[in-house]
Amino acid sequence: MIGRRGWIGLGTVAALIALWFLLTTVTGIVSGARFPSPAEFWLSLRQIWGRGYAGGQLMSHALHSLKLVAMGFAVAIATGIPLGLWMGWNRKAEAAINPVFLVIRPIPPLAWIPLAILWLGLGDSAKILVIWFSAFVPSVINTFAGVRNIDRPMIEAARMLGTPRWRMVREVIAPAASPLIFTGLRLSLQASWTTLVAAELVGALVGVGFVLNMAQQDLYPGMILVGMVTVGLLGWATTALLGMVERRALSWNMAARD
Amino acid sequence: MNSTPLTWRETMAWSLLGVVLFLGLWSGLTTSGLVPRQFLPPPQEVASRFIQLLTSPFAGATLPQHLGSSFMRYAYGVLLAAAIGVPLGLLMGWFRLLDDIVTPIFDGLRFIAPIAWVPFAALWFGTGIGGPVMIIFAGAFPPCLINAYRGARFVEPRLIEAARMLGTGHTRMILEILLPAAVPSIVAGLRVSAGLGWQSLVGAELIVAAAGVGFMMVQAQGSVQTATVMTGMVAIGIVGMIIDVLLRQGEAWLRRRRGLEA
Repeated sequence: MIGRRGWIGLGTVAALIALWFLLTTVTGIVSGARFPSPAEFWLSLRQIWGRGYAGGQLMSHALHSLKLVAMGFAVAIATGIPLGLWMGWNRKAEAAINPVFLVIRPIPPLAWIPLAILWLGLGDSAKILVIWFSAFVPSVINTFAGVRNIDRPMIEAARMLGTPRWRMVREVIAPAASPLIFTGLRLSLQASWTTLVAAELVGALVGVGFVLNMAQQDLYPGMILVGMVTVGLLGWATTALLGMVERRALSWNMAARD
Repeated sequence: MNSTPLTWRETMAWSLLGVVLFLGLWSGLTTSGLVPRQFLPPPQEVASRFIQLLTSPFAGATLPQHLGSSFMRYAYGVLLAAAIGVPLGLLMGWFRLLDDIVTPIFDGLRFIAPIAWVPFAALWFGTGIGGPVMIIFAGAFPPCLINAYRGARFVEPRLIEAARMLGTGHTRMILEILLPAAVPSIVAGLRVSAGLGWQSLVGAELIVAAAGVGFMMVQAQGSVQTATVMTGMVAIGIVGMIIDVLLRQGEAWLRRRRGLEA
């Protein structure tokens, strides 16, 4: 059932679309050189969907960007979570690694883009590197915080039962820290998209950010809007996917909470 | 878990070890010639380049001048985000209808990375001040709005009931009940905004600006001056850190003044 809120939401969206049509097509207050009309948006979408734009069809650009985000994100998780677990577990590791973090963390991930291009050029590997940089930090920090916030008695109990070290990590520490780990993953995913789009805008040969870049240079508002909508949809879809994984992984915890 | 916290001395020793290892690895890799200098200059070269750029210009300005023009854009963008986001969030926290109207729009826009606004920003406001300011605004706006909204929404109902019983109007309700109660949440949001805004600034300058630290880095990248690129990174990191420290201090000061725990 759609509630009051839902109806107002639907009404708002409908009103916005009507306003868009009114401003661009009917009255022409907003010129096509500044913002595309619905018809121009549709034409741009059909162009990139069928014939292609900036060297490929929409699907191939989108899939390429998706692939890079997935790879960078995967590398960041695979390195960040273990490091966070280790730092949470071992105070000496924390003391040794923390200062390096303090030095590197204030540098925004986007500031690594020129260096990554210098090192690896305009291809895929430079993008994966910067995505890794940007997604790595949130996963480490939240995993670390997750381990540190575990109830002490639970660890003591497991230890008293003589749980071996690797089972301790796998069956006690990691599950107990998982709610915060997922918080970190969500931040990491968001950072991955921002970084990828920025990196593709700075220099790329394919991808959604490259479409945006070409459209900007061609002064092609319709295609800019298509690119932005694609970026939004991709971000939304991957976030929703992560949410599904989270609900499944944390189902024990959600049930306990209700 | 290693349960006993380290002593202060142990912490310092391990921290020192970490930093020494990091710098040692970096300078070892570069001075031994394992990694070409052009690829990764040793730390001392970055440091000397940093000092050199304080006075001699690169890409049309010295480092402080670049930082100055970056910071001005940044300040405009963040202030604009706060000036629009905070009042709108408070209003949304009070008027349900406004909440129901703005939330779907906001949710729809949330998934578009701020940096994706670059083409429209350049098209609408140019690449001088306006375009970058709009991108910084796009990055800094959401936390301002969300935190002001949450702060206003979760005010103690008793306060609102009491004020309502005394016949308080909408304006006074927002200014004298919701705003003070939401201040901690708003300040926390501003701190997040400041960080995201700084990040967006770097992105904006890498792509569209004609001055600023980001622009300097792109120019240096084009002429393969790795030490200059890294100088830019260091400068951005330092300024970002200063902004964060200042805001933390402000937050702590505010908490003390309100009689909360320090």
